[in-house]
Amino acid sequence: MMKSLPITIDSVRKTYGSYVALDDVSLDIQAGEFLTLLGPSGSGKTTLLMALAGFVRPDSGKLLLDDRDITRLAPNKRDIGIVFQNYALFPHMNVLANVEYPLALRKTPKVEARQRALDTLARVKLEGLSERNIAALSGGQRQRVALARAIVFEPRVMLMDEPLSALDKNLRETMQYEIRRLHDDLGITTIYVTHDQREALIMSDRVAVMNSGRIQQIDTPQQIYDRPSTRFVAEFMGEANIVAPGSVRRIDGADPSREALMIRAESFHLDAKLVGRDGVALDGTLCAKAFRGENWLLTLALDGGQEILVCIPAALASGCAELTTGQRVTAYAPAAKVHAIPGARA
Amino acid sequence: MTVLADTALAADARRERRFFLSLSLPALFIVGLAAILPIVWIIRQSFLTTGGEYTVGNYEKVLSSGLTWSALVTTLELSLGTLAICILLGTPLALALASARPRVANLLMAFVMLPLWTSILVRTYGWLVLLRRDGLINAALTGSGLTAEPLPLVYNFTGTLIGMVHYMLPLFLLPVYAAMRDIDANLIRASASMGATLGQAIRTVILPLSAGGIFSGSIIVFIYTIGFFITPAVLGGGKVNPLSIRIERTLSTFQDWGSASVLGILLLILMALMGVMFLAARRLIAGRKVGTAHA
Amino acid sequence: MLEAYPDNRLSRILLWSFCALVMAFLMLPTMVVVPLSFSSSNLLEFPPRAYSLRWYETLFGSATWMAALRTSLILGALTAMIAVPLGLLACISINRLGGKAAVAIQGVLLTPSIVPGILLAIGLFFVLAAQHLVGTLFGVLVGHVVLAIPVACVVLLPALARFDWNQVQAARSLGANWARAIGGIIVPQLQISLLSATLMAFLTSLDESVISIFVASGQNSTLPKLMFLSLRDQIDPTIAAISTLWTVIVVAVVLIVTLRQKS
Repeated sequence: MMKSLPITIDSVRKTYGSYVALDDVSLDIQAGEFLTLLGPSGSGKTTLLMALAGFVRPDSGKLLLDDRDITRLAPNKRDIGIVFQNYALFPHMNVLANVEYPLALRKTPKVEARQRALDTLARVKLEGLSERNIAALSGGQRQRVALARAIVFEPRVMLMDEPLSALDKNLRETMQYEIRRLHDDLGITTIYVTHDQREALIMSDRVAVMNSGRIQQIDTPQQIYDRPSTRFVAEFMGEANIVAPGSVRRIDGADPSREALMIRAESFHLDAKLVGRDGVALDGTLCAKAFRGENWLLTLALDGGQEILVCIPAALASGCAELTTGQRVTAYAPAAKVHAIPGARA
Repeated sequence: MTVLADTALAADARRERRFFLSLSLPALFIVGLAAILPIVWIIRQSFLTTGGEYTVGNYEKVLSSGLTWSALVTTLELSLGTLAICILLGTPLALALASARPRVANLLMAFVMLPLWTSILVRTYGWLVLLRRDGLINAALTGSGLTAEPLPLVYNFTGTLIGMVHYMLPLFLLPVYAAMRDIDANLIRASASMGATLGQAIRTVILPLSAGGIFSGSIIVFIYTIGFFITPAVLGGGKVNPLSIRIERTLSTFQDWGSASVLGILLLILMALMGVMFLAARRLIAGRKVGTAHA
Repeated sequence: MLEAYPDNRLSRILLWSFCALVMAFLMLPTMVVVPLSFSSSNLLEFPPRAYSLRWYETLFGSATWMAALRTSLILGALTAMIAVPLGLLACISINRLGGKAAVAIQGVLLTPSIVPGILLAIGLFFVLAAQHLVGTLFGVLVGHVVLAIPVACVVLLPALARFDWNQVQAARSLGANWARAIGGIIVPQLQISLLSATLMAFLTSLDESVISIFVASGQNSTLPKLMFLSLRDQIDPTIAAISTLWTVIVVAVVLIVTLRQKS
C-alpha cells in the first residue's frame, strides 16, 4: 500500500476580475480519505481541484500536502495523479506508452517501468490491450487507461475531475464501484469532483457541497442528505420540501420548531399510524398526482398556499389511485425525518 | 471581505506570464529586425541627403514632380481596376462553386488554386507568351476574323491588368467562396417559397450574406495590388509606372535613396488612407444591414 | 445551394459557361508553359511544331541557372527551419496569453504580410547596406524568415486552438517540465500542421522575388531574381524549362502536404 498523505486547504481565494471563483475556502482532507467536491457548474469545485493540481494559481491562501507547502510548487513537481474530465490521453502514444509516460519522466529503468505499467493495466482490467491505439478504445477503456496512468507512479494524492461524466449510465455505475474499490485497495487520498448527487453519496467517505465559491457543508453522505445545514444543500441533494413552521402541526399537539423545516418527499406517509406520536402532519389540497412506477408523486397545496411534493412508495399507496384533485389530504412525517434548517426561513 | 493578494503568488503568476511572453520573443525580435526596423529606416532615410544630412528636400523634390502624381494615379487605377474585375469575375464563380456538389466543388477549387501555387514569375512568363503580338491570343483573334490586326495586349496597361487580375482572382475567391458555402441552403429555399425569383434570391439573400466575404476579398486584393512590383515591371514594358516601379527606378537608376524613401512613405500613406476608407465602408454596410432587417 | 431553383436551366448554363471561361483564364498561363519547354525551336511558337529536350539541356548545362536553383532550395530549407520553430513558440505564446497581449503579438507578427513587399525590400536594403550586408545570403534569409513566420502562424494557430491543452496539463501533472511537454506532447500531435507549415514556409521563400531582387546579388541570386532579370532582357524557352521544373517541384510539395493531411 502506498503512503498516502493528508491535505490542508487553508483559506484559498481565487478571483477572475470581479468574479470570485473561490471565496476563502478551507478544508482538511485526511490521509486515505475519499472526499467528493459536489456542486453545480460554476460552484468552484473544479477551480479548487485545479488549484491543488497546480494549474490554477490562487490569489492567496495555502495548500499543504502533509505539512509541506505546495502552493507555489510547479505542477510537474507535485506528484499528484490526475484523471481529467476528458481523460487527456495522448493520442500519439498507445495504451502502454501512455501509462509508461510518467515512469519515463522519472527515469525508471525500462524493464521495471514496463512491468509496473503492465501490472497497473492488469489492476484496472486492461490486460491484453497495452498495444492498442487510444483512438481504438471505448469510453470505459479510456477511463481505465486514464486511471492507470494516474496511479502508476504511486502518487500520494489522486484528483479526479468528473471522470465519469462522459460514460453512459450503466457503465458509470460499474466504474463508481471500481474506482471506490481501487481507492480502498491503494488507500490513496482521493479528491473527486462531480455534479451528480447520487455519485457523491455512493462513493464518498465525506462530501463537501460547494456553491458560489464557498463550501456550504462538509459531512458524511448520510448527514449531508438527512441533515443539510443550509437551504441550498437541502434543495441540491434531492426532492426537498422546505416548509414554514406555521404550516406544520405536531400530531401530539406540542409546539413545533420556529425554524424552517426540511422534509424530503419520500419521508411522507398518508397513514398517521405509520408515524409516531411525535411526528408532524401537513394539511392541504391535492393539486396533481402522477404514477411513477415504484411510487406515486402527489403535489399538495398547503393551507398557507405553499406547494409540497409527497412521494408514496407504490407498496404503501393503496389509496392513491382513488384520490381526486381538489380533495383534502393530510401528509404525515416521522419526527426523525423532519429537519430544522438552522437560520433558514421558508 | 477583501483579502490582500499574496505577493509571492502574484509574483509567480507574473513569472508564468513572462514565460509565455518570452516564447514569442525570438519571432518578435526577427520581425522587428527585418520588418519594423526597415520601415523606420525608410522614414529616417527620407529626411537625409545623399551626404547624410537632415533635409526636407526629398519631399519637395518628389511632391513637386508630375511623375509622382501620375504614378499615384496609375497605382490607384491598377488597384481599383483589378478589384473591380475580381468582383465581376470572382463573385459568379464563387456562387457556382458554392452551389456545386462538394466533390465537384473541391475538384474545381483545386484547379482554381493551381495558379496560386505557381510562381508569379512563371505565370508572368506564361502571359508574355500568350499576349505577345504573335502570341496565342492574338493568333486566335486574327485567325477567327474577330480582329483584322493583332491587338496590343502586352507591355502596356492592359497586359499589366490581366496579369494582376490573374494573380489576385484566386485570393479574392477564397473568402467569398467560404462565405457563400456557409449560407444555410434553407434560407434560399425559404426565399423561393416566398416567391423570390432566382435573381431576387441572389440579390436579397445570397449577396447580403456573403458581403463579409466579398469585403475581406476586396481588402486582400487591395493590400496585395497597392505595392505590386513584378507584374507591372514585366508586363508593363516600361510604360506602366505605379509607385512601386518609380521606387525601384529612383533607387536603382538614380541611386536616390531619399526620394525612393519618400515614395515609399507615400505608398504607406496611401495604404493607410485606403484602409481607413475600407473600415468606414464596412461600418456603413454593417449599419445598413441592420437597417434593412428592421424595414 | 441553388437547388431551390431547379427550373432555371438557362441561368445555370450561363453561369457554368461563364465559370468555364474564368477557370480557363486561370489555368491558361501555367498550361502554356509546359509544352513550350519541350519545343525544339527557339521561337515561342505554340503549339510547338517539334519537340525536344534541348532547353532542359541548356538549363542543366548552365552554371548560372543551377547555382540559382541551388541557392533558392537552400534558402527555402533554411527559412523553413528557422521560421517554423519560431512560429510555433510564438503561437503557443499567443494561444496561452490571450487577450490584448495576444492581439498585439499577432499584430506585430502579421505586419510583414500586410506591408507591400517593395517597402520591406527597400527598407531591408537600407538596413543591410548600413551593415555592409547587401548581397549576402544572410540578408535574403532574414527577409524570407520574416515573410514565412506569418505563413507558419496562419497554419499553426488554428491547429493549436484545436489542440486539447488538458494534455499538456496531464503531462505536467505526470511530471513533465515545459520543454518535455512542448517537445513530447505538442510537437508530435501537431506533426501534420507542422509539416504543412514547413512546406508553406519553404514555398514562401522559394516564390519570393521582390526582396531577392533588391537584396540578393551575384553568387547569391535566387531563381526568382534570375528569372525576373531574364524576363526583362529576352524570353527564350529556357525560361519555360525552368518554369516547368519549378512548377513540378511546387506541385509535388503541395501534393505531399495534401496527401499527408488526408492520411
